[in-house]
Amino acid sequence: MQQDQARPAPQETTYREAVRAAIRDAMQRDERVFLMGEDVGRYGGCYAVSKGLLAEFGPKRIRDTPLSESGFTGAGIGAAMAGMRPIVEVMTVNFSLLALDQILNNAASIRSMSGNQFGVPLVIRMATGAGRQLAAQHSHSLEGWYAHIPGIKVLAPATLEDARGMLWTALEDPDPVLIFENIMLYNMSGPLAADAGPVDIDKAAIRRAGRDISLITYGGSLFKTLEAATQLAAEGVEAEVVDLRSLRPLDDETIVASVRKTRRAVVIDEGWRSGSLAAEICMRLVEQAFFDLDAPLARVCSEEVPIPYPSHLEQAAIPQATKIVAAAKRVLGREG
Amino acid sequence: MSATIDKPRLSRTHALDLLRHMLRIRRFEEKCAELYTQEKIRGFLHLYDGEEAVAVGVIPVLEAHDRIVATYREHGHALVRGITMKAALAEMYGKQEGCSGGRGGSMHLFDRATNFCGGNAVVGGGLPLAIGLALADHMRKEKIVTACFFGDGAVAEGEFHESLNLAALWGLPVLFICENNLYAMGTALAVAQSETDLHAKAACYRLASEAVDGMDVIAVEAAARRAAQAVRETGKPYFLECRTYRFRAHSMFDAQLYRDKAEVEAWREKDPISRFRNWVAAAHMVHPDEIARIESEIAGEIAEAVAFAEAGTWEPVETLTRFTYAPKTV
Repeated sequence: MQQDQARPAPQETTYREAVRAAIRDAMQRDERVFLMGEDVGRYGGCYAVSKGLLAEFGPKRIRDTPLSESGFTGAGIGAAMAGMRPIVEVMTVNFSLLALDQILNNAASIRSMSGNQFGVPLVIRMATGAGRQLAAQHSHSLEGWYAHIPGIKVLAPATLEDARGMLWTALEDPDPVLIFENIMLYNMSGPLAADAGPVDIDKAAIRRAGRDISLITYGGSLFKTLEAATQLAAEGVEAEVVDLRSLRPLDDETIVASVRKTRRAVVIDEGWRSGSLAAEICMRLVEQAFFDLDAPLARVCSEEVPIPYPSHLEQAAIPQATKIVAAAKRVLGREG
Repeated sequence: MSATIDKPRLSRTHALDLLRHMLRIRRFEEKCAELYTQEKIRGFLHLYDGEEAVAVGVIPVLEAHDRIVATYREHGHALVRGITMKAALAEMYGKQEGCSGGRGGSMHLFDRATNFCGGNAVVGGGLPLAIGLALADHMRKEKIVTACFFGDGAVAEGEFHESLNLAALWGLPVLFICENNLYAMGTALAVAQSETDLHAKAACYRLASEAVDGMDVIAVEAAARRAAQAVRETGKPYFLECRTYRFRAHSMFDAQLYRDKAEVEAWREKDPISRFRNWVAAAHMVHPDEIARIESEIAGEIAEAVAFAEAGTWEPVETLTRFTYAPKTV
C-alpha cells in the first residue's frame, strides 16, 4: 500500500466546503466557467457555499444576480449555447419553478429541437429538501419532477466525495445537468482525501453491502437509510444500501442487480409519494426483476402535505430511519 | 417614405434588395398558407404578412458573426438571414433536410451557420437566452451584437422585464427588437397593457430606446443601423420598437373575432411592400420590368423549394430519440 502512504492525509471537510472546493477547482481549470445566482458573491451564498469565491475570482466570474430566476437561468442557457460553461445557482428548488420555462422549454429541448445544431452545456445547482423548519415554500424535494424531463441529467450528491467530484464531470457534459444539494447535508463533516477529484455521474453506488433486502435511496435520505441499515443489522438483517447518485438517467443495472441478489426492496425518496421517483424505480423493478422478487416492493416517501413549519410535523412528513426500518420489516415479514 | 433623410443615398441596387427581400417573404408565405390548406404543412403556422419591413430593415444591417433570437413567427427572419427557402420549407414539411433536421417545424427554425438561434415558441422565452448569448460575448470581449426579436405580447411577461434589467445592469450588447403588431394573439395591446407606448418601458431600465414606423422599411433600416452601431460601439443594449401590423390571422386556426375588418383594411393601406414599391416606382428608381423579373425569380425559387421539400425524406423512426442528448463521442 505504498501508493496510499504517498497520498496526502484526508482532511476533515464539510459538504459545503466540498462543493466550494469543486467550484473553485472548476473555475481554475477552465476560464469559461463562471458562477451566477442570487447572493452568490457579496453574501457568500444563501447556504454559504460560495463564501470567499468573490474575493478570489472577482465579480465577473462570481456574478450576483437580481431576483430573476427565469432571467438568469435563461442567461446561463444562452451563455452555454455561446460556448461558456456557466454554473447557475438557484437558492432552492422551490424557486426554480420560476425558471422552469427556461429549464424545460429551452435547456432540455434546444438540442433536439435544433436538430443537434445547438447544445446547452450548463450546470444548475440548487438546494432541496426539508429539515430546517423553513415551511412550505422552501422545503420541498422536487428533483423527481426534474428527473421526468428528457434532455437534462439530474444528480443528487449525497457524500463528500460526490459533492466534491460531480461538478467538474457535469461541466464537461455537453448537456444540461442539474445538481440537487440537500440542505441537511451542508453541515455534514467527515474526512475527504486531499486529492479528491472528479467522479463519474452515471452509476449508482452500493454504500453498504447486504444480502437480505435492498434499500434504494439518494441525497438527504442516504444517511437515514444507512442508520436504518445499522438498526436492522442489530436485528440480524443485512440490508444493502443503494445510493442512486444520478436520478436521470437511472442506473438500472446496479439497481436491478442489487434486487436480484436480495430479492426484496424498499425505495426511500423525500419526494411526495404519488407520481414519485420511488414509483418509477418500483415500476422498473417490476418490469425488469418481477420474477426475482420474494415480496411486494415498498416505499418510504414524504407524506402528501405541504411541508409544515413545526419541527415535529416537518419530521413526521419526511422519511425517517424508523419508518425505513418498519417498511423493511414489513417486506421481510418480520413485523411485530 | 419618411426616412430618406437618415439615409440620403439610397442606391437603386439597395432599393431593389429591400424590395426583393420583402417580396420573397410575402410570396413564400403565400405559398406556405396554400401548402397548409393542402396539409403539407401541419401544426401551427404563423405568418408574417404585413410585418416584413421589420426583418428586412433590421437583419441586413447585422454582421455575419452577430446572433439572432427570433419568435415562432420567424420565417421572414430566417429567409433574410440566409436560411434557404429549401431548408426552411423542408423544415415546415418536417423533412430531415430541413434547417432543424425536421425536428422543429415552422416555429423552430434554427441555423448554426448563420447564428440563427431559433424560433422560440414560448412568448418571452427567447429574451433570457439573448441575455446569455450576449453575456458570453461580453465576457470574452467580443464585439458581437445579439438581435432579439419579440412581439408586444412578450412585454407583459416577467422574462421581458428581467431581461431588460439584466441587459442594462450588466451592459450587454443586445439589440431588442419589439415587433409591436398591436395584438398578442387576440388580445389587443390596450386590453393588456397599462402603458401602450412600449418603447417608453425601456426607459425605466435606462435603455436607449426609440419607436419607428414598422411599415416603412427605410425607416426601420435607418433606425436599426443606428441601433446596431450603438450596441456595437458601446457594448450596451438598445431597444427598438417597430410599430407594425399583422394582416392575416394569428395562426391558421384564428377566426379573428377580436378585430374589425375595417381596421385590417386600413392597415393594408400601409402595406410595407406596396408602399415601398410605389415609392421606388414614383422615384423612377426601379423599372416595372425589374420588379416583374424579381417576382419571376422568386416564383422559381419557391417552385424549387416546394420540389425540394416534396422530395425530402422522413427521419426514420429508429432515430426517434437521438439528439435528446449529445451523441456519444467515440
